[in-house]
Amino acid sequence: MELTTVWFIIIAGLWVGYFVLEGFDFGVGTLLRVIGRDEPERRAVITTIGPVWDGNEVWLIVAGGATFAAFPEWYATLFSGFYLPLFAILVALILRGVALEYRGKRDDLLWRGRMDTVITIGSVAPAFLWGITFANLVRGVPLDSSYEYVGSLGDLLSPFALLGGVAFTAVFVAHGAIFLALRTTGELRERANRFAARFGVVAAVLTVGFLLWALELRGDVASSVLAGVAACALVAGLVANRFRREGWAFAGTALAIGLAVTALFVAMFPAVMPSTLDPSSTLTTVDAASTPYTLKILTIIAAIFTPLVMLYQGWTYWVFRKRVTVEPVAVS
Amino acid sequence: MDTLDLARWQFAITTVYHFFFVPVTISLVAITAGLQTAWYRTGKDKYLRLTKFYGKLFLINIAMGVVTGLVQEFQFGMNWSDYSRFVGDVFGAPLALEGLLAFFLESTFIGLWIFGWDRLPRRVHLACIWMVVLGTQLSAYFILAANSWMQNPVGFRYNADRGRAELTDIWAVLTNKVVLVTYPHTIFAAFMVGGAFVAAVALWHLIRRAGTDTEAFRTALRMGAVIVIVAGAGVALSGDQQGKVMTEVQPMKMAAAEALYESEKPASFSVFTIGTLDGSKEIFSVKVPYLLSFLATGHFDAEVQGINSLQQAYEELYGPGSYKPNIPLTYWTFRLMIGVGMSAAAVAAWLLWATRRGRSPSRWMVWLVAPLPLLPLAANTFGWIFTETGRQPWLVFGLLPTSAGVSPGTTTAEVLTSLIGFTVLYGALAVVEVKLMTKSIRAGLPPADVVPADPDGSDDGSGKPLSFAY
Ligand code: HDD
Ligand code: HEM
Ligand code: HEM
Repeated sequence: MELTTVWFIIIAGLWVGYFVLEGFDFGVGTLLRVIGRDEPERRAVITTIGPVWDGNEVWLIVAGGATFAAFPEWYATLFSGFYLPLFAILVALILRGVALEYRGKRDDLLWRGRMDTVITIGSVAPAFLWGITFANLVRGVPLDSSYEYVGSLGDLLSPFALLGGVAFTAVFVAHGAIFLALRTTGELRERANRFAARFGVVAAVLTVGFLLWALELRGDVASSVLAGVAACALVAGLVANRFRREGWAFAGTALAIGLAVTALFVAMFPAVMPSTLDPSSTLTTVDAASTPYTLKILTIIAAIFTPLVMLYQGWTYWVFRKRVTVEPVAVS
Repeated sequence: MDTLDLARWQFAITTVYHFFFVPVTISLVAITAGLQTAWYRTGKDKYLRLTKFYGKLFLINIAMGVVTGLVQEFQFGMNWSDYSRFVGDVFGAPLALEGLLAFFLESTFIGLWIFGWDRLPRRVHLACIWMVVLGTQLSAYFILAANSWMQNPVGFRYNADRGRAELTDIWAVLTNKVVLVTYPHTIFAAFMVGGAFVAAVALWHLIRRAGTDTEAFRTALRMGAVIVIVAGAGVALSGDQQGKVMTEVQPMKMAAAEALYESEKPASFSVFTIGTLDGSKEIFSVKVPYLLSFLATGHFDAEVQGINSLQQAYEELYGPGSYKPNIPLTYWTFRLMIGVGMSAAAVAAWLLWATRRGRSPSRWMVWLVAPLPLLPLAANTFGWIFTETGRQPWLVFGLLPTSAGVSPGTTTAEVLTSLIGFTVLYGALAVVEVKLMTKSIRAGLPPADVVPADPDGSDDGSGKPLSFAY
């Protein structure tokens, strides 16, 4: 296989990892005030993602760094073209990160309440904006012959893109609710489970709608099959949730997100940034790639270190596998 | 102002801001790890309480380092897309290495450390924080390797067809002689900040909360002061090496650091100058003879090239244009870096002397609390402003002018939006962070009775409330 193809797959894999992992902590953040009714409950909700959210976010950083290294043209065009959405994502992630880390550092209910609001906004906003970004990636954007984005902000906000935003948000919220049901006990677990059961239907409809539209725009057999399996996994996950098999339910939503993102990348390949102006301005893996030497070095490094990273991140989930209980805590 | 100027301001603001937190992270995590190791070895309460106290301050700081770092990773693509196209093949590799090797390590093990106090066997828990230390060191090395390549491009070939630099030797990039001297210098500079921070916090407690936890804070004060002094020596020695390498690879920067217009042999170093620094005669200046020659070459009587002759040489090499950086800026930031930073070492030495053999600090010394950590922090900033502006007009030295790196399609309005947005956001976050820091500092050491359980690993507790975070 061409190294450029290998790196396309690796970068798709990094995005899959990012959305599967950060997807549930976006969902948990969004549901913080919905599922957690008082301070001890909210604290328990936050504790479910506390040890892992930062590590999940690094998948994004590495996806960015790997794109810079393996496909500099893609990195340059993507982030300068999607300037304002990306700026908004960064602001949201900054606020969310600070709020997650700082909420518990003061024993003050007012403070914690404010931080909770920031966490909620900082979780919904990036979920929605990533949906918009990925929808545009699949649909294509106006690029000129030097692969520079020549559209305006309005071009990024088509109905298709907005549906993408809503669908990403919904599926992450469902994923997060199931994660909460998996990681908590008692009343919290019940509430998360019931919420996932009801909201899951909405998420499934939106996701299937978005995938169908995306495939109609740019789909082939392989991506259609992947999208179909993704939809089945989502439904299976929701069914498992009804039967209170939360582990299976979480596996289902995780698989659904992973396969759906994969389907989008497969639909794009070999383009990385399709141009809506002129097919010859479409940026492909080969146009965007670094030299074979650089790709070879990167491949060796990735082959050694990616398994290692997965090993110790997996270990973290193992260490914190016990369900989180709500503990009465004294806070003034 | 045009897009280029705005993009430059934005880069300078976000990067300098990121680097307020970076040196504290690098040093404080290592100091915290050291304290925890001391507790593990001796079992003394004092060390455990100090670990938790400084550990919490470290966590408040690293949160800011992490979120501001996120912007760093993406702004190359946003504001500097042509730069990214030009350097990606070379520069991207160390950046990707940093993410894969360092950031995953840091973020994962910090989660384990925060939440693992009651879950992990003591030895494993201690190992977690040392993994974070390793992560910060790797992160620093790779990002500095990337930056050093911009100062002194090596291990590449220029591809005229694609108009970009292409990697030919990754090893040459990772062992660039510039990174070999920049890395120790930056790390020592970071330890000056962390040591000073630890000492200053302890000093405040010894004076304002006299009588509580005196022994623990005395330990912290003296340990912090020693770190500042040792790191200060390290900074001076490595800085001296850097000067020589810089003279070799960017002689213009050395000439600009001294505002030396005409070549001199031997060259003297001016401690300060009153005048315009534009090449006309200075009004007043204090000079140390031979010192510049020594700094630049290691020999007291060697010639140091001046700005005018270098400008001429560069015009012949690269074509017409100005190859001079902003001379007053380089001149003053270089002096401020050295002066301000070394004065922190002097303060630390003096504190060590003043608290010898059980003596307590006098009340007026509370005035030293704020300057002690802020001086080396300011020196770090001056150092970077010097390094980066001294490289101008080049973005990648000798290859890519700064003006050619900016995103061609990005509008002034967009850059202005993000410039204002980040600046306002960063300003607000600074207020939150400083308030939280002072509140946690005032709270003092946690009580002695919170010695964590030492699970043997077979049973990992239940969902007990987790210690000291969230
Ligand atoms: C506590 C902070 C601090 C202190 C006291 C010093 N420096 Fe420094 N200096 C830095 C913090 C710093 C820095 C922020 O870490 C820089 C910016 C980039 C770098 O690698 O280090 C730097 C850069 C830097 C450079 C530029 C390297 C280049 O452009 O390639 C030189 C030549 C020196 N330093 C030399 C010195 C000397 C001779 C010092 C004292 C005897 C000294 N520095 C003290
Ligand atoms: C790998 C790391 C780094 C890279 C790739 C890098 C690259 C750049 C770039 C692209 C610019 C914009 C062009 C310009 O305005 O001149 C710049 C300017 C600047 N950077 Fe760096 N930089 C790095 C690290 C740092 C750090 C850690 C600091 C210090 C905190 C720093 C301080 C500055 C300053 C003050 C400027 C403004 C210079 C000016 O506008 O004239 N840089 N650098
Ligand atoms: C302009 C170039 C830079 C880029 C692109 C960059 C990128 C980043 C990113 C993405 C993070 C967040 C990592 C996380 O979420 O865990 C971060 C944090 C950090 N960076 Fe920077 N950085 C730059 C300059 C520097 C320099 C010059 C140093 C050291 C000398 C440095 C050392 C660190 C450290 C120690 C942290 C602490 C927080 C952490 O990683 O968890 N960075 N940086």
